[in-house]
Amino acid sequence: MSAWEDAPGFVSLREGPEMPTVTIEAGQIREACLFARDELGFDMCVDVVATDYLEWGGKGVAGYIGTASGRDLNAPAAQGLQTLPALKPKRFSVSYHLLALRQGAPRVRLQAWVDDGEPVPSVVAVWPTCDWHEREQFDLMGIRFEGHPNLERLLMEEDWEGHPLRKDYPIGGEPVRFSEET
Amino acid sequence: MAVAPRRPRVRRWPIVGDPPYDGSRIPERVPTILDVPPHLEDSEDVFRINFGPNHPSTHGVLRLIVDLDGEEVVGLSAVIGYLHTGFEKTMETKTYWKCVTYPERIDYVGYQNNELVFVLAVEQLLRLEVPEKATWMRMLLCELNRIHSHLVYLGTSALELGAISMFWYCFREREMILDLFELVTGQRMHTRYFQVGGLAEDIPEGFYPECRKFVEWFPHALGDYLQLLDRNEIWLERTKGVGPLSAHDAIALGQTGPNLRASGVDWDLRREQPYLAYDQVDFRVPVYPEGDVYARYRVRMDEMAESNRIVRQCLDRIERMDGWPWIADDRKVVLPPREELHTSMESLIHHFKIVTEGFRVPEGEIYVAIESPRGEAGCYLVSDGGPKPWRVHFRSPSFVALEATPTCARDGLIADLIAIVGSLDAVMGDTDR
Repeated sequence: MSAWEDAPGFVSLREGPEMPTVTIEAGQIREACLFARDELGFDMCVDVVATDYLEWGGKGVAGYIGTASGRDLNAPAAQGLQTLPALKPKRFSVSYHLLALRQGAPRVRLQAWVDDGEPVPSVVAVWPTCDWHEREQFDLMGIRFEGHPNLERLLMEEDWEGHPLRKDYPIGGEPVRFSEET
Repeated sequence: MAVAPRRPRVRRWPIVGDPPYDGSRIPERVPTILDVPPHLEDSEDVFRINFGPNHPSTHGVLRLIVDLDGEEVVGLSAVIGYLHTGFEKTMETKTYWKCVTYPERIDYVGYQNNELVFVLAVEQLLRLEVPEKATWMRMLLCELNRIHSHLVYLGTSALELGAISMFWYCFREREMILDLFELVTGQRMHTRYFQVGGLAEDIPEGFYPECRKFVEWFPHALGDYLQLLDRNEIWLERTKGVGPLSAHDAIALGQTGPNLRASGVDWDLRREQPYLAYDQVDFRVPVYPEGDVYARYRVRMDEMAESNRIVRQCLDRIERMDGWPWIADDRKVVLPPREELHTSMESLIHHFKIVTEGFRVPEGEIYVAIESPRGEAGCYLVSDGGPKPWRVHFRSPSFVALEATPTCARDGLIADLIAIVGSLDAVMGDTDR
């Protein structure tokens, strides 16, 4: 898989149990996708998914009682982790799962790392299917895809506030309409 | 004498037959929005209607904004999200063994397959070996579920085109499958029978003869359907040549499963990337090049016959596995046998720990894909090493199928739109998650 080293914006390659992960500089993800499609024959983009790593590993290590933020030990599964997970370069990862329609069904995950508000070039022009995938990740995770022809909310209402899949989005309550007006 | 392995036949772009049209029909500006052509923009003849969200033929709560010029569809955009329930967010707050109930509610017609993809993802992160009996039983149930899902497709989409008797016949056989699920798992739908590590319980004895009865009966039922539909003039008129999608457009739009195979792409994950024990069973992958509603119907009809064959082969194997373990023997992940709780302190501790705290899954990220009745169902899972998933994401085939609606419905009639939406077989729960 050394062919990936020629990919535009190539940062690193990590083998995984099901597919290799190729980290790409966020600004060049579009060129890297074109490279994957035209040079390496990944015909199909099956999925685009963003992950929020805010407070990743913040639970602390098991056996260490109490943290600065005051861990609630009575809450289930608050006993901390067995080892601290490896740190992530930035807050959000955006992963593109690609598939080549040929023998062996080779797959690859292209991954870009961004901070809050940092734009990612849209790949709708490379694969039209990414239209809704990108809109969904914008809607739920707040990733800004630059150059997307129609970057609007998809699953939530148009006037929804916040991005629900972010880790700092409050759970357990939502504003009830008309409740404060009489 | 050893035989040298045959050179693998490298297949690229496995496209069968001639495309239904040349070039691309994907809308230019936004791939999922069909814009009204400029010469009609100011026309008073163009009439905008809301098709749905509560329309009986949209298979749930799908809203299509349709611009009509007479009966012709000149503009189309889909609005989804009415059934968004935040499954992915909810699963982040549950321990893994509680999460298993959620994926099946996402695609509530192909529930066994969705349950499977999540369980497989967790097992791969845990590097857990699943006993053979569980693997074959999973395969059997998934194929029964595929038949069930295609029957729901066939019944409802025929009903929408006016063939009401099809609905009753399909639901007759669907009922038999649901009875089988109830026999095994105690639930007709949303069975939660797959457990991380294997199956939740052993297969009850009475299952084999009942399942055999169904397997023997089903080809006759399939013959009935074919007789009712396949020479029915109205059905053929309403489906042949309607809603075409070429192989190139289908690949660009990320279509998978029956929709892709009906566009002439010879691609099935069960064969290309075998999971469970699909490499040990014999089945054929039906492909039709026409790309229209009729081809999608034919692919699903043929698939049901093939699924029935797989179920038969699974039965032959599982019947000989009497007394074999049905779940892995890893006490850190799998609940101990109930009877041990009375005699073993360690078992009691394990039970308590797994139920209260949950089991821990090693740090990592994984994407697992299977061939669900609707196409590639994928599960992306990130674990931080704790007992709850850090991030779960489902790649839902219905979501992607709906993206193809404007391409298929282009230059069509409003009546065809119903046939097209039905033939893409999107389940709104799966689309909106």
